[in-house]
Amino acid sequence: MLILECPYCGVKAEETELSPGYEAHLKRFGPGASPEEFEAYMFARKNPKGVHFERWRHTYGCGKWFLAARCTATLEVFGTYPAQVSEPPADIIAKIQARRPGWQPDGKVTK
Amino acid sequence: MSEPVSALGGASFHGFATIREIGPLGMITLRAKGVKALDKAVKAVTDTKLPAPRRIEINGEKACGWMSPDEYLLIVPYAEVSATLASLAKSLAGEHHLAVDVSDARAIFRVEGDKAADVLRKLSPVDFEMLQPGELRRTRAAQVAAAMWAQDAGFTVVCFRSVAGYVMGLLTHSAQPGSEL
Repeated sequence: MLILECPYCGVKAEETELSPGYEAHLKRFGPGASPEEFEAYMFARKNPKGVHFERWRHTYGCGKWFLAARCTATLEVFGTYPAQVSEPPADIIAKIQARRPGWQPDGKVTK
Repeated sequence: MSEPVSALGGASFHGFATIREIGPLGMITLRAKGVKALDKAVKAVTDTKLPAPRRIEINGEKACGWMSPDEYLLIVPYAEVSATLASLAKSLAGEHHLAVDVSDARAIFRVEGDKAADVLRKLSPVDFEMLQPGELRRTRAAQVAAAMWAQDAGFTVVCFRSVAGYVMGLLTHSAQPGSEL
């Protein structure tokens, strides 16, 4: 069972109270973008085995969208944060790196 | 003038806890964020302070609950809804806000008895041991959205009127004698 704490209301919401919104921090390519860029924006997802940044909506609670950092291999949750950011905040990255030494935000692992 | 009718006409059930559909109750959704006059406007209509996140301030028949960072639920007697809306419109004039009468869009239940929490425990993913007095918890009751809080040796449950029959069925089934947790 996945439990995420909503950063807006502080409820430790269980998965069934939430709706998934898939990958977070996507950069939108719209009118004027090349077909390759648009295709990548539309379809290409990172989907690494490990750390994911995801969008979630607290559907059965305050109704707000928030972002979560979690590991899809171990189901470990590193943290949740409000959605008004375009990249993961430093404290979330620090929490991930404390648990996954060498992990970098771009997905590469440095030894 | 037509008489207001609650969703289930005051249906009730006596199991190991008592389920009562109450109402009609005046409910107003107030959406506003960062509005300076908001605490005064709420104080004027419910005579409570503006609730902190996830809290509900109850004052007799009136109450103000925190629903989300920009949404409040005001509960007043049914007959006072239009006067309350007028008061809000006056005190929040010129501020970005929305106040709407949702009384007839909702159903409201009371779950009472020593084991009232057991009735809700079966329906919602909520740790009722950790639910503080005066805490408003928005969650789901089985498959539909609901808001609940502890009040006067029991719980008050609010849901949409369109699912009132479903929620009454849930609560009734959950309160069957012999099915205590």
